[in-house]
Amino acid sequence: MSAGRNRLAGPLDDVAGEAGHPADHPPRVGFFTDTSICIGCKACEVACKEWNDVPEDGLDLLGMSFDNTGMLGANSWRHVAFVEQPRPLGHQDPGLVGLPTGPTGDGAMTKAVQPRLRAAERGGSELGTSPLHEPEHAGRVQDLGMPAFTRPGEAAGPDGRTDVRWLMASDVCKHCTHAGCLDVCPTGALFRTEFGTVVVQQDICNGCGYCVSACPYGVIDRRPGDGRAQKCTLCYDRLRGGLEPACAKACPTDSIQYGELDELRERADRRLAQLHELGVTEARLYGRDPDDGVGGDGAFFLLLDEPEVYGLPPDPVVPTRDAVAMWRRAGAAAAAFALAGVAAFASAAFGGRR
Amino acid sequence: MSGPHDPVTAERSSERGSAGREAQMFQGSMRRRRGRGGEPTVVPDAEFRSYYGRPVLKAPVWEWKIAAYLFTGGLAAGSSVVAAGADLTGRETLRRAGWLGALGGLLASLYLLVSDLGRPERFHHMLRVAKPTSPMSVGTWILSAFGAPAGLAAVAELVPRRLRRTWPARLLRRLARPAGLAAAATAPGVASYTAVLLSHTAVPGWNEARDELPFVFTGSAAASGGGLGMLCAPVEEAGPARVFAAAGATAELAAAAVMHRRLGVVAEAHDTGRAGRLRRASEVATAAGLAGTVLLAGRSRAAGAASGLALLAGSALQRFAVFEAGMASTKDPRYVVVPQRERGATSRGS
Repeated sequence: MSAGRNRLAGPLDDVAGEAGHPADHPPRVGFFTDTSICIGCKACEVACKEWNDVPEDGLDLLGMSFDNTGMLGANSWRHVAFVEQPRPLGHQDPGLVGLPTGPTGDGAMTKAVQPRLRAAERGGSELGTSPLHEPEHAGRVQDLGMPAFTRPGEAAGPDGRTDVRWLMASDVCKHCTHAGCLDVCPTGALFRTEFGTVVVQQDICNGCGYCVSACPYGVIDRRPGDGRAQKCTLCYDRLRGGLEPACAKACPTDSIQYGELDELRERADRRLAQLHELGVTEARLYGRDPDDGVGGDGAFFLLLDEPEVYGLPPDPVVPTRDAVAMWRRAGAAAAAFALAGVAAFASAAFGGRR
Repeated sequence: MSGPHDPVTAERSSERGSAGREAQMFQGSMRRRRGRGGEPTVVPDAEFRSYYGRPVLKAPVWEWKIAAYLFTGGLAAGSSVVAAGADLTGRETLRRAGWLGALGGLLASLYLLVSDLGRPERFHHMLRVAKPTSPMSVGTWILSAFGAPAGLAAVAELVPRRLRRTWPARLLRRLARPAGLAAAATAPGVASYTAVLLSHTAVPGWNEARDELPFVFTGSAAASGGGLGMLCAPVEEAGPARVFAAAGATAELAAAAVMHRRLGVVAEAHDTGRAGRLRRASEVATAAGLAGTVLLAGRSRAAGAASGLALLAGSALQRFAVFEAGMASTKDPRYVVVPQRERGATSRGS
């Protein structure tokens, strides 16, 4: 406990060393996912599934965009988000002048999907791959404004036509410096590898589900039918064999970059400066800052809009940050409880029977 | 360690060419539009933004069993304090009721906890490690430290009359009091750690309640333990149980009110839907039980039993209300995004 508070939150230079790995452990590695060059091909999702033998999780259409994965979960360790917005990307000309442009779908999708999400047992966080049903709509066809055979925006007429930009982003476990899942795991199944990543040992996990609630990003989940917690391992087996993770290897545009974290951060800073110079002022890094609520992410991102637009929390904080304060309150409450118990019998003994 | 392609070199090479600036954007054929300069317009923020309204967090995988455990664990803790006190002050019926209540609560707790695991046969993996950063690990050890002596004290109550003269029974009788005191000493931990268990998560409905939740839960535990004593023991023995229950119910109601006021946006998750209904029902039951305890339970056995039942119901409803509020708060991205935005997080890194 020499480092005091620093062990529960804040920046940490050597996560693997802090976790007890000997000083000659390999440097911390991670992902830098540059979403500005993601083309939404989902090769990362496929490569991950193939290499890690992640089971199929339903082949249903979610009815909200070209994203039919929904979110990360036990059976999706990479998830490509698709966001359509009626605005240009930086000063870029999408080459659509004179064409009927506009989002392929808009509020209509959200409006149709949202009540179903609320009605779903776990609010849709069980992974978007099961179709969403809402009793009153069962059996009825509802227009989602989904891609049709007409060109996007054609039906709306020239007035409704807008600029359009597509944001695509491949999400993954963040391998946090202070990982909520790792902190709360009561069996020691989750551990910090020598590479500074966070991995579940499947032979230890007993499926208590605490990590699911402790992750501020909603990444880890319990696999139905299996009962154990599952998430991205950053291809721990490949790393040990000197290979890069499957998703990074498969990414055709190098949107997913794997490497030593320090180097990735430098690279990300350069890319950000470059984009700002090009007029893409909305570009920002997410999870790069070691001073954030989780001490910085091992897998961080370059985003082109607010994090919540991609389904990411804007300011995630590891619950452990407040652990000391919480135990202090619990201690006070416990003391009050004990005092009330003693006082109850003492008052009866001294004050006579009531 | 980086792969065969190196984007750093790719950047550099594109900077050289005359088409460099355009190529840099996508390293493709995108053209920069002239004459439309200026800052890109930012879509005005609605109340909050989200990814198609999908949740940011995972809803807890815990079932109703965990909510039920919050109650049974609290009941076991509260009952054991009543039982140990009754033992020391010679209240036999109250003592017996307390230890049997503690045993019932404990056994129910163990069943609920183990069966909620994804791999129940691996429950003993909890005992592999003692991990201060995991409230569940801390709770496992607290519960073990509580369970063994509480079970011993309770089993001493169960020895049939004809076996009481045998030496194991007499040994058990002699151990019962120290065991009971040990259980009562760890009971405050059992009653309070569950609040940390819930708050030590990213679930907004639980995490944001972290300051008051321990008091709600220990109050609820005391109310249920005292309530059980009032239900099972005669009026003249149940005096301390009434004081304990009244103190607990008061604390529970007061702490819940304070908690609610300080929750901000997330209060809505506690107010609406199933969580809201449970919460209101809990308030009514606990308030009625408290009033009955203070005004009537000292005079009539029936009133005492009814008040005790109301307090037990109020305590159970309180646990389910808090549990459900947490579940609801993960399903709507608003409870995640709005509070995080409100703490003034500027977009980082840029």
